[in-house]
Amino acid sequence: MLIEIAHVSLILTLMLSLIQFSIPLIGAKHGWINWMKLSDTTAFLQFVLTCFGFFILMRAFIISDFTVKLVALNSHTMKPLIYKITGTWGNHEGSMLLWILILNFYGFLITIFGTRLPAELKCRVLSVQGLISAAFLGFLLFTSNPFARELAPPIDGNGLNPVLQDLGLAFHPPFLYLGYVGLSVTFSFAVAALLQGKIDSSWARWVRPWALSAWMFLTVGIALGSYWAYYELGWGGWWFWDPVENASFMPWLASTALLHSAAVVEKRNTLKSWTILLSILAFSFSLVGTFIVRSGVLTSVHAFASDPSRGVYLLIIVFLFILFALSLYAARFSSIKSVNQFAFFSRESGLVLNNLLLSVAALIVFIGTLWPLIVETLFNEKISVGAPFFELAFTPFIILLALLLPIGIILPWKRGKVANLKSNLLTVAILSVISGSAVWSFQTGGRILAPIGASLSVWIVLGSLFDIVKRIKLFEVTLLNSLKRLTKLPRGDLGRFVAHMGFGLMIFGVSAVSAWEIEDIRVAKLNEPYQVEDYTIQLTQVSEFAKFNYITRQGVILVKIGDDIITTLFPEKRFYPIQITSTTEASIHSNIFRDIYVVLGDNKSQDFWVVRTYIKPFILWIWLGASMIALGGIISLTDRRYRLAMFM
Amino acid sequence: MKHILSSIVLLFFLNLSLLAVEPDEILLDNILENRAREISSELRCLVCRNENIDNSNAELARDLRILVRERLVLGDSDQEVISYVHARYGDFVLLRPKFFGSNMVLWLVGPISFLLGMLLIYFMLFRTGRVNSSDVLVEQLSDKEKKEIAKFFDG
Repeated sequence: MLIEIAHVSLILTLMLSLIQFSIPLIGAKHGWINWMKLSDTTAFLQFVLTCFGFFILMRAFIISDFTVKLVALNSHTMKPLIYKITGTWGNHEGSMLLWILILNFYGFLITIFGTRLPAELKCRVLSVQGLISAAFLGFLLFTSNPFARELAPPIDGNGLNPVLQDLGLAFHPPFLYLGYVGLSVTFSFAVAALLQGKIDSSWARWVRPWALSAWMFLTVGIALGSYWAYYELGWGGWWFWDPVENASFMPWLASTALLHSAAVVEKRNTLKSWTILLSILAFSFSLVGTFIVRSGVLTSVHAFASDPSRGVYLLIIVFLFILFALSLYAARFSSIKSVNQFAFFSRESGLVLNNLLLSVAALIVFIGTLWPLIVETLFNEKISVGAPFFELAFTPFIILLALLLPIGIILPWKRGKVANLKSNLLTVAILSVISGSAVWSFQTGGRILAPIGASLSVWIVLGSLFDIVKRIKLFEVTLLNSLKRLTKLPRGDLGRFVAHMGFGLMIFGVSAVSAWEIEDIRVAKLNEPYQVEDYTIQLTQVSEFAKFNYITRQGVILVKIGDDIITTLFPEKRFYPIQITSTTEASIHSNIFRDIYVVLGDNKSQDFWVVRTYIKPFILWIWLGASMIALGGIISLTDRRYRLAMFM
Repeated sequence: MKHILSSIVLLFFLNLSLLAVEPDEILLDNILENRAREISSELRCLVCRNENIDNSNAELARDLRILVRERLVLGDSDQEVISYVHARYGDFVLLRPKFFGSNMVLWLVGPISFLLGMLLIYFMLFRTGRVNSSDVLVEQLSDKEKKEIAKFFDG
């Protein structure tokens, strides 16, 4: 019964979303305040009802209610409770419901934090949100109803894909969705501004916190996914240029560009029409990403064509939204155009270049991801576009971006002097080149990118530090005075500093691991120690036992340097009988200098086991860097001017 | 009895899955082995979803890895090995599409859009800036604002 009520509540939400789209919009046109005010109520109700539907579905998963088809197909009584809960969104229907829940959560937040917005703008923003909500609720209810009943409930369910039974993977969809659904808000703000035909620097101040939070969540979501791939896939890769990864990376690149261009609008009231276009594009990438992941188009165009209902509906939604927004943009282009006159050496032009590079990077990811589909559709040929393509085509633009970064930070708004730039950055540049050469000489047969990466990393880190040191007058005034200046820095600037440092550290991690990684694959005899670099590796025991819903084979590996025990590692191989699949669980000892990563392989004979050992120098810096990037976003969010824009 | 049966099943499945490069595949010659790894990262495991043969657990990937090493031992250059595999398995096996035919679009989209972007920026943003040599660039005022200012000065 509850299930049916939840189903009805979603149908009600669909109706509410249609009201939210239409009535206030008409009200805004005629200036009828009461009609406009309606959207606050509908946004609130939509959120409450979606919440209700979502939690009823979650309840069905928790109590293993197999009369619900979705639960029967995707859950199992033996599963640990936490994976019953996360299993709610570990399937197509549930994850679309989560998508809509988060969309309506953002709609609700707009009503809370948007009290200072001009009433007209706010109700237009919510109206666009309503339309998005309606389209996706329609998709959910008509093609992927999560509340469909199972007429002949099975005694037990099919279980959840074992790969998804992992904390890292279980919690990364909510973060990702908070990210790319969050971009719907900036999209709605852009469309609302276009509808009004007016945009100024206060618009940017309203939009930027939303873009920042969405971007921050997206960063966390992508980093979680990448860390999951690192420890779960069994050989320590951390980024695969997989279409699913690319689907989240494209909106990330676009929203990164958006943050930077919105800064120009805010400070200089120019570059407005480009910023609007970016807001539209960022969410369009989110929509395309949702389509790529949710339509099944990835496996093959033919698989897509064989069950087209979902994919086609989704494709139509995505296409219409993008088409609608872009046509509106084209129609209103001339009215929002700003006078763009920049001096060549200025912060503005640095940010314009940043935007160009990030956009080109996003475009490359986009075309690389879709190219196999395009070729298959047009020429009926199957081709692959994988990591080697992206590494070659994408990296040069990121290198340029990294080169530009410290210069951009140092350059003042409006107009800078080349001479100042030279005297300020020469030391930093020399140090970067020296450290690059150092990496070059230490390199153990790695790639050419490693020394370049190390130089860039030092360049960015020192460049950012240099800027801050100058701002707080460190070494010029007393230390106490400098610290005082540091606390008085605008939070936005502090956040920028932290995020850029994170980017620098991340580049270092990436280059270090590509240059100095050590791999050892061998058949090891039980209790017979061997050397991998400085480490003595000893497999002491292999045991098999059952746990929760899987059976595992676990190795015990002692890691020593000389006679000192560094750590004991427990790599596992798990077998899930319900799904007849096995997973590999690597065991990792991390510190900031290196990870020791071991994997247990097959049994060759009696006491002989395949053991893989990887020493990955500085790999943790990749996620450390990503965390700092996200942290930078959080710090910026607390900036005074956003608090003012929101609450005062 | 049930217990014994299940442990037999377990052992079977736990042993079933191979994992990427196996110790018996590795060449003794370090340089050749490193070359084999580089080549392997360029070749797709045909039965997998977006995995190269170096990281794949599939039987076919293992066959290809061994094939690559055989060719290397026979004295093929890296390019020759890749061409050999390409000739047998077609375009699908190459993770880096060749710069040829329609794939040229794929390769050129990035550089060309970058160049176009640079030109656009130059003409839209800086061209006017150069003509205008004043140090501070004044924003253009709307008519309304001009009127307001005029009103202000006229008192």
